[in-house]
Amino acid sequence: MIDYLREIISGTWSLFVGLGITIRYFFQPVVTVQYPYQTLPMTPCFRGHIELTKDEETGETKCIVCGMCQKACPSNCITVNGEKREGVKGKVLTEYTLDFTKCSLCGLCVESCPTAAITFSKDYNLAGVRKEAYIFDLKKRLEAKN
Amino acid sequence: MHVDPEIIRLLAFLVGVIAFAALNAAYLVWLERKEAAHIQRRIGPKEVGPFGLFQPLVDGIKLMTKQLIVPAGVDPVLFKIAPILVMVPAIMSFVTIPFSETLVARNLDLGLLVIFAFASVNVLGLLLGAWGSRNKYAVISAARVVSQNVAYEIPMLVTVVTLVMITGTMNLHNIVMQQQGGFWHWNILNLSASPLMPVAFLIFFVCMLAETNRAPFDMAEAESELVAGAFTEYSGMGFGVFFMGEYANIVIGASVATILFLGGWDCPLGLFPGVHWFLIKMYFLIFTVIWIRWTFPRTTFYGLLNLSWKILIPISFFNLILTSAMLKVF
Ligand code: SF4
Ligand code: SF4
Repeated sequence: MIDYLREIISGTWSLFVGLGITIRYFFQPVVTVQYPYQTLPMTPCFRGHIELTKDEETGETKCIVCGMCQKACPSNCITVNGEKREGVKGKVLTEYTLDFTKCSLCGLCVESCPTAAITFSKDYNLAGVRKEAYIFDLKKRLEAKN
Repeated sequence: MHVDPEIIRLLAFLVGVIAFAALNAAYLVWLERKEAAHIQRRIGPKEVGPFGLFQPLVDGIKLMTKQLIVPAGVDPVLFKIAPILVMVPAIMSFVTIPFSETLVARNLDLGLLVIFAFASVNVLGLLLGAWGSRNKYAVISAARVVSQNVAYEIPMLVTVVTLVMITGTMNLHNIVMQQQGGFWHWNILNLSASPLMPVAFLIFFVCMLAETNRAPFDMAEAESELVAGAFTEYSGMGFGVFFMGEYANIVIGASVATILFLGGWDCPLGLFPGVHWFLIKMYFLIFTVIWIRWTFPRTTFYGLLNLSWKILIPISFFNLILTSAMLKVF
């Protein structure tokens, strides 16, 4: 009999404790982010598609057209082309295309680059209806940024 | 031409009551979604109108424009009559509920009895709808609803009988009038009649949750187990009417609890009694009902029946005996 009553009382009490917890949550501020209107900054580790970085001094790409990234890529997404120019040391980048439809974001290209000319972007708002939209001309993107 | 003003008054009340029930059903859905969201620290509906306030209207339009599908193999009469059987008794019960001293459609001497008589028709509606849909989930749901309602009707009615023994009347208006003059006069704190009055209120409230099939006793719907329970085969406004009936029943339950235990339209401190106090108390109880839904998970069916037969019924009978003894002695 005592056990029966004790169980009822402790059971009822635990229900009130539960209600107390939820009502406290009720008055606490909302934690969700209203996505299209608000966005969170991406974390440093976030891996978007790759993009070319720029040299802080010249504002140009750091790429020396060595082709290491193109070789390292297991999915053959990268096409790099360059040419020799008068008066310029080394090669000049003329084309850097990324076929993002095949990229697995493995990061081998970023690791293999000797001059840290490429990095992951923080771009995640990617949606489209045509495959061609995902063949990125990274050189143009870099120039557009300047 | 002479028209009896009483008829006009009743017509006005009828329209008012139907509008009140429909408006409540619509905006309780909104309240439910908002409250659920904030308990989970979300925002809830916010796109349609300010604070999502037009959401219920849009939902209503959506339900009304949907096709009413009557699946092959259902019982055509029962299938169509069931939503009405859930909705109409709920509206009938509003007739005798006194919202304030003067605001009542019909002050019946047996008001309490009328409400409980109509309230139990609700179960019949669910049962017929489920049976008529010829869907096994619906039938399982109906079986659960009936046993649940039978189990919880007993402690609820025993508690109400206890209360009627104290008040000596079934007239809801008189019951409220006896509790006038501040919260220490309310039946929930009427400790001189029975020291277990707060417990009686708790029992009544739990039974109300079970009778209206609200979580944690939502065995009838049990989305995750029974698709949508008794409503599985209903579409469009057929489902909508069921839904409105459910919410109307919650409003009735909260109103009855307010009248019986919380002093109806009486102000807690004895100032400015009026319909606003009735609404405040009623909506607070409804808020609590929703709050409970988003706090506790659904019980098992055995847990539900055990709670009624092993705990609520013995305690409510004990309270009945105690009250009658105290009434006899003092
Ligand atoms: S991340 Fe991997 S798959 Fe994508 S371009 Fe770089 S090497 Fe290729
Ligand atoms: S590995 Fe780096 S430097 Fe070499 S081609 Fe690729 S991006 Fe340019």
